[in-house]
Amino acid sequence: MIYYVIKRLLATIPVMGVVALFVFSLLYLSPGDPAAVIAGDIATEEDIARIRASLGLDQPYLVRFGHWLYALSQGDLGTSIFTGLPVTHLIAQRVEPTIALTLFTLVISVAIAVPLGVVAASRAGGWIDRMVMAISVIGFSVPVFVLAYLLIGLFSIQLEWLPVQGYKSISEGFWPFIRHLILPSVALGIVYMALIARITRASMLDVLSQDYVRTAHAKGLAPSTVLVGHALKNAAVPVVTIIGIGVALLIGGVVVTETVFAIPGIGRLTVDAILRRDYPIIQGVTLLFSAVYVIVNLLVDLSYTLFDPRIRY
Amino acid sequence: MSSASVVSAAAGAPSGAPVRGRFRDALRRHPTAIFGGTVLVLMVLSAIFAPWLGTTDPLALSPIRRLRPPGEQWWFGTDMLGRDVYSRVVYGSRVSLSVGLSVAILSSLIGLAIGLVTGFVRWIDAIVMRVMDGLMSIPSVLLAIALIALTEASLQNVIIAITITEVPRVVRLVRSLVLTLREQPYVEAAVASGTRIYLILWKHILPNTMAPLLVQATYICASAMITEAILSFIGAGTPPNIPSWGNVMAEARSLFQIAGYLIFFPGLFLSLTVLAVNLLGDGMRDALDPRLARRM
Repeated sequence: MIYYVIKRLLATIPVMGVVALFVFSLLYLSPGDPAAVIAGDIATEEDIARIRASLGLDQPYLVRFGHWLYALSQGDLGTSIFTGLPVTHLIAQRVEPTIALTLFTLVISVAIAVPLGVVAASRAGGWIDRMVMAISVIGFSVPVFVLAYLLIGLFSIQLEWLPVQGYKSISEGFWPFIRHLILPSVALGIVYMALIARITRASMLDVLSQDYVRTAHAKGLAPSTVLVGHALKNAAVPVVTIIGIGVALLIGGVVVTETVFAIPGIGRLTVDAILRRDYPIIQGVTLLFSAVYVIVNLLVDLSYTLFDPRIRY
Repeated sequence: MSSASVVSAAAGAPSGAPVRGRFRDALRRHPTAIFGGTVLVLMVLSAIFAPWLGTTDPLALSPIRRLRPPGEQWWFGTDMLGRDVYSRVVYGSRVSLSVGLSVAILSSLIGLAIGLVTGFVRWIDAIVMRVMDGLMSIPSVLLAIALIALTEASLQNVIIAITITEVPRVVRLVRSLVLTLREQPYVEAAVASGTRIYLILWKHILPNTMAPLLVQATYICASAMITEAILSFIGAGTPPNIPSWGNVMAEARSLFQIAGYLIFFPGLFLSLTVLAVNLLGDGMRDALDPRLARRM
């Protein structure tokens, strides 16, 4: 087990290496000369050359990659072109709403989608099954922001049940915090839910046709015990895998959702950075989100042993 | 499922008739695929014949008639610059459809080429798959944003950026197919009898990757259309002077409380088109892979 954990940890190094090289290359290739920006309008050619040398911008590609990696290991993601502040500082300022939104979405999506998938599989062909499948097809087809505006139009503008936009920190009270998260989470989570419900259903259908499920029924166990205790437990591995892989959808969706709901998170920071062509921020966010995604899927891989003791490493 | 289709699937005979029969079977079982196909054909036709569908110039400004709600004269209303939203939406289908189609074709071809090579040459496989793993661990919307940020906004760059995000998925699919196929007795026989490797790829491997690849390409088309809309919506996509569904909605971002129709109509068209492509993909998947059809 320990051997496997170490092996799996080592396997993430080349992946993150490729990500780092890619992100650095984007910075390297980004148009504009940071030295010229820093030097200002009245700088001479020599001034710019001097600043370029002091920043190490005249060094070859691999040397600069080394410097960049070293700075990264010190927690330095560079400086925002527009604000002049360190990128890590800007991200840290915006991280709370994004964590709140994604975690809340993750929890409600899993809490809704897994039971739906189980029920759909247990009554395959029934009306719940058909409804789940229909909603999941629609979930895959309606883009996050279109859904978001539909939800705002219905629940905020017509019914006036929930706030239109904005974000309240949990320190401003639990209820306002939740109220502001409901619509963004539903909009963001629909695709994710569709994905999880579908895989849960498919995985459950596989397991439900196994002999031990028939045996469990035959010896008179309650149907719910068989469904959860025997079937779901054995169907868990693909479900957990898709929960991990689907996090990529959440991360991509966060950028859009935060824009629609005016949530001051990392997604909003990214969109502002695109409009201002603030490359260090875009690259910093890309690197951060990719790292989160890789770590989540690493944890998912490691969790397999919990769900299926037959898996030994 | 009829037993006949199982038999023909198990035999895997590449003759035309059973495949066509299976296709008809699948269509009968999936009326939704017919719906998808019909909607898609209508969208393509309206994209081609946009100038003759009662549209006006989608870029024509008219400050006097700004933000008119949908009505008899302006079916989908007008936007904040007085442009006719109906015309913009109809012309916008050209952008979405051409992005979806181009990305599906380009990423399939590139992914197929890389996948075939990596499936057969071990040392290339190790390197290429690490690169693909790295690319796939960058969430695709962010990857596209990062790529677009480097270049100026143009339809061509949007297509290239989205293609790059989709290629690794195709490579994975093709590679896994190749790895399974090369263990098949008929491939081993071909290798043993000294058939040249490109002939094996061409005659034995390539034809067997086509069906799954076609299904995958359909889903890529759907996801590319959504990604294009997302990119345009956050201002990192199709340039604003080209009317695309994402752009029309992006411009309405601050106005949605007073002019929701600016978001509703392009959103409806986008969702319908993506839905149509997805339904078509589901139908094709079931027709081409009866084994999977029972599960999903």
